[in-house]
Amino acid sequence: MADPIISIKGLWVFRGEHAVLEDIHLDLEAGDFLGLIGPNGGGKSTLLKVMLGLIKPDRGEVRIFGLPPAAARGSVGYLPQKTVFDHSFPVKALDVVLMGRFSRSGLLHRYGRDDREAALRALQAVGMAGRAGREIGALSGGEQQRIFVARSLVSDPRLLLLDEPTSGVDSAQQKEFYDLLCHLNRDLSIAIVLVSHDVTAISTYVSKIACLNQRLYYHGTKELTSDEIEKAYGCPVEMIAHGTPHRVLRMHD
Amino acid sequence: MIELEALQYEFMRNALAAGLAASVLCGIIGIYIILNKIVFISDGIAHAAFGGIGLGYFLGYDPLAFGIVSAIITALGIGMVSSKARISEDTAIGVFMATGMALGIMLLTLSQGYAKDLYGYLFGNILAVTGSDVLLICGLTLIIMAIIFLFYKEFLLLSFDPVYGEAIGLPVQALKLLLLGMVAFSVVILIKIVGIIMVIALLTIPGAISRRHLFGLPSIMAGSIVLGAVFVTVGLLLSYMLDVPSGATIILTAALAFFISTVISR
Repeated sequence: MADPIISIKGLWVFRGEHAVLEDIHLDLEAGDFLGLIGPNGGGKSTLLKVMLGLIKPDRGEVRIFGLPPAAARGSVGYLPQKTVFDHSFPVKALDVVLMGRFSRSGLLHRYGRDDREAALRALQAVGMAGRAGREIGALSGGEQQRIFVARSLVSDPRLLLLDEPTSGVDSAQQKEFYDLLCHLNRDLSIAIVLVSHDVTAISTYVSKIACLNQRLYYHGTKELTSDEIEKAYGCPVEMIAHGTPHRVLRMHD
Repeated sequence: MIELEALQYEFMRNALAAGLAASVLCGIIGIYIILNKIVFISDGIAHAAFGGIGLGYFLGYDPLAFGIVSAIITALGIGMVSSKARISEDTAIGVFMATGMALGIMLLTLSQGYAKDLYGYLFGNILAVTGSDVLLICGLTLIIMAIIFLFYKEFLLLSFDPVYGEAIGLPVQALKLLLLGMVAFSVVILIKIVGIIMVIALLTIPGAISRRHLFGLPSIMAGSIVLGAVFVTVGLLLSYMLDVPSGATIILTAALAFFISTVISR
């Protein structure tokens, strides 16, 4: 049997005395699209950093494709929260995409023809092939976002980690962006973990939902009880999930 | 023909050779200083180096060697402080900068015959550059070119998006320290030419002009090397003809070009 994409068992992470992540268990199979929600400061970004191998677990075991996270980096694509960069920075969109090949090529290797071809393929996948030669600063916000998605795709990842990728993107572009993710998930069968604090926006796109506030509430499905969400957010569910499509919440007995 | 006449003198030939090598150095390192927004850090390193120069002078050893050591210590110190973040980076720079200057002035004053040399370190004296200085500048320029060639894609990623770089395994802290180390070396070498006070202008003006008019990092670097060479040559010849200080003339030539370029492009 193939290794699961993500396998986390009994993960604890402490910051000083204080537990940031408490006894996390999470399994992700090929083709999954997981929405990870939770309040600010609930540990979402920390969990992503553990999956990227940037933070070492204090307890528990984390395996990505059966490997320690740092060793699996070459097959993981990452899209950080809104990328802050100098808009007059002298690089072409293609060069920005190529930066994502670093996780594969490592230090000292120069980018070659196969890297360039991979970059063009990634641009094609996000519908930006026509922008390859344009300066990154000359593109619109939505286009830049797609270029950064292409950068996370260029290492041919089997897993994409996205940290609140739609902050600072307007709602029309948001829908386009989520459609793009669905396309990557279904047609290129890339597993996705999408971190968001916006339950409503993502619930129509993802196939599974987990809620994180130190502890992880997750059943391997798209449903959470309102009780669990209340526990995670520490406030009545009406306040955070106003207008939530009913399928996110399991019916009360 | 003034040019040829001037070149009869060995000090003029040395000055020109040192200036041209320095243009290459400035063209390459200057771009990274601009893109990484470490102009103030670089200026701080230059001023802090003065403390080391003063110490070397006071003890009777090679002031430049001491300058390089203190510049490197400052560069690493600032790099470490900014990652630990208990003191803000610009505060740290301000402290290093003033302390270095104060130490330098104190130590030089306590040594004998300080006045002439003090002026030289602060404002540069390219005409005092010796043949071995020229070799030193050329050697350093070659080393830095090699480092940038080897780590081109790493420095590009570091300059563009260090947060993402770190997430995909780029050794951000090590590269940052390497960059600051190269800045420290360059700054001390350039002190010979334009002096502590003006060194930052020679590092940033050619790159700042070049990036307004050219596109793509390699062409911007090439453009900034050419501009640097022009400023140094023109400044040097003007200072020879008018009998005015060389460092200031080079910087004023560069500054004039900068203002003209700004007016033209807007």
